[in-house]
Amino acid sequence: MNTLLELLNENAQLTNAQLAVMLDKTEEEVAAAIADYEKSGVIKGYKALVDWDKAPRKTVSALIELKVTPKRETGFDEIAKTVMMFDEVESVYLMAGSYDLSVMVKGATIQDIAMFVSKRLSTLDSVLSTATHFVLSRYKDGGVILCDDEDKDERRSMLL
Amino acid sequence: MIDYQQMLNDKIKQVKPSGIRRFFDIANEMDDVISLSIGEPDFSTPWHVREEGIESLRKGKTWYTPNRGFAELRQEIVQYFDRRFQVKYDENTDVVVTVGGSEAIDLCVRTLINPGDEVLIPQPSFVCYEPMVQMAEGVPVIIETKEENQFRLMPEELLAHITPKTKLLILPFPNNPTGGVMRREHLEAIARVLKDTQIMVLSDEIYSELTYGKQPHVSFASIDGMKERTIVVNGFSKSYAMTGWRLGYALGPAEILGEMTKLHQYAIMSAPTTAQYAAIEALRNGDEDIQKMREQYDMRRRLVVDGFRKIGLTCFEPEGAFYVFPCIRSTGLSSEEFCERLIRTERVAVVPGNAFGACGEGFIRVSYSYSVKHITEGLTRIKRFIDRLK
Repeated sequence: MNTLLELLNENAQLTNAQLAVMLDKTEEEVAAAIADYEKSGVIKGYKALVDWDKAPRKTVSALIELKVTPKRETGFDEIAKTVMMFDEVESVYLMAGSYDLSVMVKGATIQDIAMFVSKRLSTLDSVLSTATHFVLSRYKDGGVILCDDEDKDERRSMLL
Repeated sequence: MIDYQQMLNDKIKQVKPSGIRRFFDIANEMDDVISLSIGEPDFSTPWHVREEGIESLRKGKTWYTPNRGFAELRQEIVQYFDRRFQVKYDENTDVVVTVGGSEAIDLCVRTLINPGDEVLIPQPSFVCYEPMVQMAEGVPVIIETKEENQFRLMPEELLAHITPKTKLLILPFPNNPTGGVMRREHLEAIARVLKDTQIMVLSDEIYSELTYGKQPHVSFASIDGMKERTIVVNGFSKSYAMTGWRLGYALGPAEILGEMTKLHQYAIMSAPTTAQYAAIEALRNGDEDIQKMREQYDMRRRLVVDGFRKIGLTCFEPEGAFYVFPCIRSTGLSSEEFCERLIRTERVAVVPGNAFGACGEGFIRVSYSYSVKHITEGLTRIKRFIDRLK
């Protein structure tokens, strides 16, 4: 039922009844499959995809590249888990390439993020260096196009 | 002063303008309209296909192609037809690449029809057949398909409309607007009627790849003995979401395709070059794209059919294309009244069934070539509309 996950990933507001019709299953089968996914942690939760640029309260996002020293026993896990605990942190990825951890951070202002990086992240034991890149504009997020002009239906055929 | 009416060809004056324009005009004046009226894919052309078109432009490949279309493309077309539908054609003599499937239909009709020849047209169906036949001075003979027969062409109905003047049968399946399809056994029954006649067949299979259920589309040319009398029209618009590229093709007996190519050569020269480069890529590496889009349409199809049935309208379950054709007779309104009130009160645009032939009266065509979110909003509004009528 990979299709079920794809449908929910696109629109978590579809009802079980709608999903069942689309997938040619019964409502009970869909409910059971979703319960299984939730239990096994495949589905972690449901949330709205917000275009924060349009929200009344503005926020600032930044991508921070972290170079860190891995620990002998736990590798990158320990520092990654420390970093992810901060409320400001939206996502943490271990990367292959010229730096180690990619951290997405959200804050109210640029100053907030600057403070967070200099006071909280840089000071962690394993962190060797940080590079902060502020997000200027979001065109597509989580598979969804955010800039409006790309979203208009331009189909104009007059014949059938 | 020139009297332009005097200047005009008599036949073009008789051709009726498309009846649905005014609905588009109403819709265009309103905000927040949910349109479920458009007859083309909502997907964009797959990126790898677009890239080939762009690359050909970048390299400056902007000349005419051979009249019949690039040899490479024709080769891919015949291979595709063999692969998908098990019909073999010769790429040098049996194919012409056209400006959309529409041009192929026009070429075929004009190549075959003499004044007074009768052309059998099952309806409800796509709006172009009748005007094209009229322009060729043929006589359109309408065969009504019915909901109780899943909008299929029935052999006995066909037989009843054949006269000594019958030259051509148009076979528009999978069907726009009904979503009806002809499975192998239905085509075989038609073949039995045609077998001992001299009637030619124009099989418009533009929606072939949008056939749902376990059995894939069956081409009429693959039915025993039918290839020699069949001109198959197909194209890239619906299967690869390439409507704006304007590219289709016709396949058929060399003698007929040769004459169609002659007409194409004088009227058109050659189909768009950029589109032909893109189409080669589509045929080579596009099977997976077709599959993905078909799965999406199929999910929406079930959602829409279920939606209309829950609303309380009888809705035939379509097996092809991307339309449903629910019956609205229970509302007591005519198709046009229904559509006009629906757009004015709930701002949902759908197409009255009689736009596809008089026998489409009592039905509406609803396209599901839209996102699930858009479709569910449309259905909610239609439900509100119907509830208020009760």
